[in-house]
This record gives sequence, structure tokens and C-alpha cells, in this order.
Amino acid sequence: MNNIGTNAFDIGYLDTLAGADSPVHRLDPRAKLLTTAAFIVSVVSFDKYALSGLTPFFIYPAVLLALSGLPVRYVLRKAAMVSLFAVLIAMFNPLLDRDILFHLGPIGITGGWVSFVSILIRLLLTVTAAFILIASTGFNALCESLRELGVPRPFVVQLLFFYRYLFVLTDEAERLVRAWSLRAFNAGAMRGKVFIPLIGHLLLRTLDRAERIYRAMLSRGFDGHFRIMRTLRIRSGEIVFLAGWILLFVFLRCVNVPVKLGALLRGVSP
Amino acid sequence: MSHHIVEARDLHFTYPDGTVGLDGVSFRISHGESVALVGENGAGKSTLLLHLNGYLTAYQGTVRIGDYALTPRNLNAVRRSVGMVFQNPDDQLFMPTVFDDVAFGPLNLGLARDEVERVVSRALATVGVAHLAKRPPYKLSQGEKRSVSIATVLVMSPDILVMDEPTSSLDPRSRRRLIELLKTFRHTKIIATHDLDMALDLCERTIILHEGRVAADGPTRKLFQDEALLQRCSLEKPLRMLQCPVCAP
Repeated sequence: MNNIGTNAFDIGYLDTLAGADSPVHRLDPRAKLLTTAAFIVSVVSFDKYALSGLTPFFIYPAVLLALSGLPVRYVLRKAAMVSLFAVLIAMFNPLLDRDILFHLGPIGITGGWVSFVSILIRLLLTVTAAFILIASTGFNALCESLRELGVPRPFVVQLLFFYRYLFVLTDEAERLVRAWSLRAFNAGAMRGKVFIPLIGHLLLRTLDRAERIYRAMLSRGFDGHFRIMRTLRIRSGEIVFLAGWILLFVFLRCVNVPVKLGALLRGVSP
Repeated sequence: MSHHIVEARDLHFTYPDGTVGLDGVSFRISHGESVALVGENGAGKSTLLLHLNGYLTAYQGTVRIGDYALTPRNLNAVRRSVGMVFQNPDDQLFMPTVFDDVAFGPLNLGLARDEVERVVSRALATVGVAHLAKRPPYKLSQGEKRSVSIATVLVMSPDILVMDEPTSSLDPRSRRRLIELLKTFRHTKIIATHDLDMALDLCERTIILHEGRVAADGPTRKLFQDEALLQRCSLEKPLRMLQCPVCAP
């Protein structure tokens, strides 16, 4: 039986990971957020046939994974799961773009295949970076830092609630589907006649639960403002982290290191 | 002046769909009393509890906490002094870790960070779950969740503790541990429950609700002897007060 709870985004586990302690975890969430944003912008700004220029960017997720002590296999598996979407997006490129860009021995490589691989690499890079950001910061701290950076409070609170709802919703849905499948026997996939009332029921249940959660929040003084037990403070460590990475991203964006390195090697040994 | 008094005067409440929740409920609970609120499903227990904290507002009648009537203006002060433990701990625990969850209230009260750390540790130690501080709440056992929910309320140092079904879905040992814990609290306690044995253990006084009205209000032992009353209100004598069916059939 498929299990929505374990297949979904695994929010619970992400929060567990965020509770660990490492140099990366201790960084101010704002520094991590801005660095990740700069990373994503530099990666997606390459032109569509870029391959060699992108590869040095793997240094960022690799260094962060090593420093943060996050489980590498878990992060890669999650990134691979999301990459399936990229395959869907990019899969027509090889069919549409049939111009030969270069030859690998006797085989001509078309532009379509190059851009296909390029999209995959970009997605892998950006998703891994975003994942590391959340798993080393925690969603609440991230939202708090968004607010500190000037994102209007209604958006941030919306995001926080969405996050809570997601967890509550998968939980409820899992129980509904379990109750259905225990009495559906060999009905196979769920049909519209069952599915539609089930979704409606889910919505009502979730609204009820949300109401109760809100009461619990009010009874402890909630005023629309999420506070976390961490003093956000930019120290020299954060400045070095942020400036260092951004300089590196700009450098890697402007200078194609693998090509230059290749040229250098060729120049040295004729 | 005492903040530990809870008084309801002639509360009437009807839900938007027309269901009558409360139909003239009055009582006065004084400082340090421990009161059980019992009654059949739908008798109005939860509705009444939601009035004590201002989530629901009666269209007639008043609630007084301490010396003041509950109004929208003193809602925050009242919510601080009336600590409410909801029936389902999953609704009460919404932060990523136990520590964050217990710290949620004090942070909202504007306590300094080191102070928050101190009161949270103390509350967790009081309910005996200090070792769980870093765990995510939804991975705890029911008993642990319940203890943490109580800590989230204790940490605000309330004068009055209001609990909805604290012993539901607990195993016998966790239930016993909870009862022993609650016995140590000096707060005014209002406990809505179906667990009449627990009511005998914890509450010297019981209010029986029936169809939105107070059917009886008096010493727990005396009310639980009154079989006609219990039957009328869909209740049963607690097991402990029955004769043993094996020894004296």
C-alpha cells in the first residue's frame, strides 16, 4: 500500500535535521538564505547549452553537505526524486533541437541533448542547495529571516501556516485513504465517485483541526508573530560566508574554469 | 483580590447551526478547588471550557475570572491566567521541537531569552520530560505528548488549569503517572472528563452537565453515589465504587 506520509515531502524529518548542530546550522539564517538565492540566480543565468561552466558550482552543495553533517544519501535521494520533474520538462528538447553542436568521436551531439543535460544539472544544483538550506535552518527560522529581510508579515505567516497545514493534511489524508483501502478490497485506483467526497471531507476535517490549533495558539498568546528562540545576529562569520560564496559565484559565472584549466594544461604540455 | 476564582453566571450559548450548547449554566469555583466536569457526549463540557478562555462568547450571561468579567479587552490577561490543555495533544503541539513548543508562550509574553530558557527547562522538568526537549513533538508517545502539552501551559504560570479529557488515550501507567502529577499542582483545576475514577482521585467537587444545564453540583463522592442521577445523565458509577463482581456477586 502506498503511504502518503512517507512519500510526501518528509517535513518532519527535515525539521529533525534542522535541529542538529554544526557550523552551517549555527550560521544566521539570513546569510544562508541570501547565499542560496545568489547561488540559484548564478546557476540559472547560464545560457541553455552551458555544461562545463556549471560543473564547478557543485562545490557549493558539496562543501555545505560536508560541513553540515547532513545525511548525503538522503539529500541526494530527495533531489533525484524531484529531478524526475526536470526529465518531464526537458524530455522534448532532444526531439525539437536537432542541430549538431559538436562531435564526440563519430557521434554527433545535438543541441537538444546538451540542453537536456544542462537542465538536469541545474535542477540538481538548485534543488540540492534549497534542500540544504531548509534542512540546516528549519522552516520557522527561515520564515523569521524572511521577515527580517523585509518580506511583508502576511506572506510569511501564510507560508508558516501552509507549512503546518501540509503536515496536518498529509496526516489526515493518510488516515482517510487507509480507511478507504481497508474496505475497498480490490477496487484498484480510487474513482471520482469516492475521491471527490473524500477530498471534501478532508477539507472539512482540516478546517476543524486548524481551528483547534489556532485556539491552542491563541491560548498561549499568539499575535500573528512567530518568535523563535534564536537571536538573529550577523557576525563576521556570516559576512565572510556570504561575501566569500558570492564572490566565488560571480567568478565562476564569468570565468569558465574547466575550459581555462584545459587550455592551461594544453598550453603547458604541447 | 484573587485571580484564582472562576465564576459563570447564567451562560447561554447556541451554535450557528442551532444546536444548543449551554442553556443557563452557573457555578462558582474558588481558589485552589479541583473540580471535575462530567456529563454525556454533547452535554456541553467542551463548549463550557471554551467559554472560560473567551474563544466562545455567550450571548447571555457572564464569565468572571478573578475579580473581573471576561471582556474582549482583558482577553489576553485572562488567557494567560487560565491555562488550557486541549483534548488532542497534536492540536496543542505545533512547533518543530518540544523546546520550541514550550517556549512559544513565554516568547509571546515577551520574556527575555535566558529567562525563557530557564522557565522552559523548569516546566519540562516538572512534568518529567526534560530529556525530550530536542525531539519533534509528533514523534512522541501519547503519554509524553500529554506531559509536554501540560508543560506548554505550566510554563505560562497560570493560576487556573483547565483540561479537556486529560486521561483519554493513555495507557494505565501513563494515566496513573498523570494523576499523580496533577495531584501535586496547587492551581485551581477544572477537568472535563469521562474518567470518573480519575475524578474521584483528583476532584473533591464535581459538576454534572446534562443537555447544556448543570444537573448537579456537589461533593464528588456524594454525587457518584446517586445512581438515579447518574443514570439520568448517561453516566455510570465509577468501577471503584461498585462491589466486586467476583468476590460478592
